[in-house]
Amino acid sequence: MDFLNAIILISNFILVPAITYGSQLALGAIGVTLIYGVLRFANFAYGDLMAFGTMIVILFTWYLQSKGITFGLLPTALLALPIGILFTIAISLFFDKTIFEYYREKKSNPVTFIVVSLGIMFVLNAVVRIIIGPNDINFMDGHKFIMKAREFKQITGLNEGLAIKSTQVITLITTIITCSLLFYFLNKTKTGKSMRAYSDNEDLALLSGIDPKKIILLTWVIVSILATVGGTLYGLDKSFKPFTYFNNLLPIFAATIVGGIGNPLGAFYGGFLIAFSEIALTYAYKKFFKYLLPESLEPNTLIQFISTDYKFAISFAILVVVLIFRPNGIFKGKVI
Amino acid sequence: MKNLDIKISFSVMALLIILVGIFQSWGVALSILNLCLISAVMSMGVNIQWGFAGLINFGVMGFLAIGGLATILVSVPPVIEAWSTGGMGILVSGLFIISVVLLLFFINKKLNDYKYKNYLIFLIIILSIPLLKLISGPSINKIESINAATSGFLGGMNLPIIFSWFFGALLSAGVAFVIGKVCLGLRSDYLAISTLLISGIIVSIVKHEEWLSRGVKNVIGLKRPAPYEVDLQSSDWFIRLVEFLNTSKLSKIFDITERQDLLSKLVITSSGIFVKLCFALIFFLVVCTLLYFSEKALKSPWGRMMRAIRDNEDAAKAMGKNVVKQHLFIFMLGSAIIGFAGAMLVTYDGLFTPSSYQPLRYTFLIWVMVLLGGTGNNYGAILGAFVVWFIWIQSAPFALYVINLFTSQLDESNAIKLHLVNSIPYFRYLMMGLGLLVVMRYKPKGLLPEKVMRN
Amino acid sequence: MYFSASKLTGGYGGVNIIEDCSFNVNRGEIVSILGPNGAGKSTAMKAMLGILDLKSGEINLDGQDITKFKTQDRIKLGVSFVPQIKNIFTELTVEENLEMGAFLNEDDIRLQIEKMFDLFPIIKEKRKQAAGELSGGQRQQVAIARALMTNPTVLMLDEPTAGVSPVIMDEIFQHILNIKKQNIAILMVEQNARQALEISDRGYILVTGKNAYEGDGDYLLNDKEIRKSFLGG
Repeated sequence: MDFLNAIILISNFILVPAITYGSQLALGAIGVTLIYGVLRFANFAYGDLMAFGTMIVILFTWYLQSKGITFGLLPTALLALPIGILFTIAISLFFDKTIFEYYREKKSNPVTFIVVSLGIMFVLNAVVRIIIGPNDINFMDGHKFIMKAREFKQITGLNEGLAIKSTQVITLITTIITCSLLFYFLNKTKTGKSMRAYSDNEDLALLSGIDPKKIILLTWVIVSILATVGGTLYGLDKSFKPFTYFNNLLPIFAATIVGGIGNPLGAFYGGFLIAFSEIALTYAYKKFFKYLLPESLEPNTLIQFISTDYKFAISFAILVVVLIFRPNGIFKGKVI
Repeated sequence: MKNLDIKISFSVMALLIILVGIFQSWGVALSILNLCLISAVMSMGVNIQWGFAGLINFGVMGFLAIGGLATILVSVPPVIEAWSTGGMGILVSGLFIISVVLLLFFINKKLNDYKYKNYLIFLIIILSIPLLKLISGPSINKIESINAATSGFLGGMNLPIIFSWFFGALLSAGVAFVIGKVCLGLRSDYLAISTLLISGIIVSIVKHEEWLSRGVKNVIGLKRPAPYEVDLQSSDWFIRLVEFLNTSKLSKIFDITERQDLLSKLVITSSGIFVKLCFALIFFLVVCTLLYFSEKALKSPWGRMMRAIRDNEDAAKAMGKNVVKQHLFIFMLGSAIIGFAGAMLVTYDGLFTPSSYQPLRYTFLIWVMVLLGGTGNNYGAILGAFVVWFIWIQSAPFALYVINLFTSQLDESNAIKLHLVNSIPYFRYLMMGLGLLVVMRYKPKGLLPEKVMRN
Repeated sequence: MYFSASKLTGGYGGVNIIEDCSFNVNRGEIVSILGPNGAGKSTAMKAMLGILDLKSGEINLDGQDITKFKTQDRIKLGVSFVPQIKNIFTELTVEENLEMGAFLNEDDIRLQIEKMFDLFPIIKEKRKQAAGELSGGQRQQVAIARALMTNPTVLMLDEPTAGVSPVIMDEIFQHILNIKKQNIAILMVEQNARQALEISDRGYILVTGKNAYEGDGDYLLNDKEIRKSFLGG
């Protein structure tokens, strides 16, 4: 009995949240790594791009809801997702055409791109807050819990409950679908392979006749999709507050570098690594040990490795560890 | 030519501030001036790292927080009871941390051949974290429980607050040393991300270690290197000064009680202005001193060498320059200056609010100042600070003016108008972003570019 | 002559690296471009490819003037190039490298891929491996195979044996000889002058950006002056 309780405890407080958080980070990290691989710069505006995409989804969700259109058990926001994606693609291409293209043609150094992405970050940050305000917005509707803790306890008779929110399942499924499609595209289609080739060796790709304009357009499209989907899933699961989206960039950057910058599969794994580490290392295992150990050895303290306040420290620590042991990332990325 | 540019730009800035004084209020003008001066110190610190050496430090926010922390540690009176119950534990923990760090440095340097060196380092770090918690935990609890509402922390050394500015610089330099040792070998984008993450960690520490900084409960009522307004308002010499300066205004009023009222009001506003003037003087002194030494350093052989390294690191290495050492030195120096500014800021505000440290306002805004003002140019950094801060503060009244202009036909309670008015705080971010983009496009070296030295 | 370049003059910025250089090569010929370091060999090759802007000169492919053509258009006409460095997609598999080689080709390229594996049997068993994991000699084979995917009529190679061991160098030159049998015009810049001349039909020797010597492979190999100056006595 107690062994099962211990497992359910871990599942409820570590496994399920980490899978959800990992999916969110993975989507973000893949987007950042694609921009790095193809466009060759770290895009500090990515967090606010996610916020922008989510904002459009929210606005359109409200519109749908006002017209009485819902999605049954699923959140209405999923219906609004395509519109959000379109707007995000539009604004990404707009910024690329008016800003990034100029510096690409000048062959400016990466620092210039970072600085310019900072400018775009300020602008997007302002635009989102001006349009939708800075406050917490909850736009989740539809069926909230697939399994409530209380129900679980009733069904199984266990002491510990396992709660599963529908947003967690949606996040996982959407992430799996999105990533499968993306990796199929990158590995099995000619265009996808050409994108990888361009990211790998730009000069040789140009020599092979690969059209850089097409690659860059595709990259922004894919990145916009990832940003909007990732941002929306995050907002559905937690809530939408423009301010948090920039903060999420930090673990996303860590995941990108850990996975090997420029390597989408690495970014995927990196996201989960960071998520699991953050949650597992800040969890208080007192109850867990209580279930497993005989009463005489039961711990008195929280048994928490690091306090939750220091989440950043974990991302950073993992980043430093990886940079020391495997500077190219856990999976081979570009040598920096 | 360059000197003319500098003179023109600074004259324009001075003019603008005077105009604010005339059309808005002298209090506001002096506030702007003071924040500009503080920001100038910050941007000069960043400029030393970026302009002189090409190092991207996105951890500015962390060093500002360290400077702010220093004001607490230096100027606040110690909480005796906290020290007696928990002081020893904290000291032991501090020694523990220092010995672990020294051990790690030692292992890193001496055991270079040991195959598992990195694993050992990793293991030590992993083990020392719970050990640290064990050692420090009880003491921290004791400290935080003493008068939790009004103190709940260790307090400081009860020294004059100006000392904290230098302490802040020292502390920042120390932290910069550790960060530099770990991160400076990384290329620009990794360095940027790493420093950003580390600054997040530093601010987390300051926010959550209540025994040290009171965390989110904030520390208020800090000491000052200038008089307090209330003290001025009750001192005779000041009242007589105000009376003297406003004789013409006062003599127009014949009723005694009315004249007293007016005098009181004048004394109140004047006290505010007087305090700000005092601060302005001190800050101006700091900026001038810093500028003097920075300019000397820039023009010195050392300065030229730094920029040679920045422009062509490989060539410099080939010539035998110890690039790593120079970079570390510059990183520490710039961070120390930033820490100094952080202490200045908290002193001026009179309170320490750890939760206010956000990357956008305390890191990236400073970067906009440096980039806009002119990379590698001290005058540029100062100008950038003035321009950016001026726009930052004045954007709110300006936005209000523009909104009113365009929506003059709309009624006060109109939803759109209300929404726009509510959004005013965010317009300044928009202006910053657009400003940065415009400058990077049309004047990528900033308003006052670095003068190319010809030898 | 199938492919010819006459009086090429150009360089980087304002400085001319090559002046009045001329080369030509016929199908089924191996022609080497040799010379000391900095002589302008790679520059000349880049000019023939259209990567470098020419101040003056003419380039002709099978009777057509391609001097003003963009690189990609020259590739479409049958010119192919193996760069000296970064000549493979290290992250992509060997097979994907070949697929990218034939990127501009709309048709089914599987036959062509199999043909390449016949020419370079060693890399066939590595077809699903990332190209970057292969040894130096194998990577060169992938690089050359990639360039051959478009079924070119002219193959240009920039120092194909740079930095490889003598055994591998022989292997690579053997592969180049096999390619010659496909009736492809082969132009190669080389640093290992003697070995290059041994398999070349003809050669040009560039000195400070100008044609200095030219002639049959044997002639250049055996001439006493040339041996002393360029072939290490």
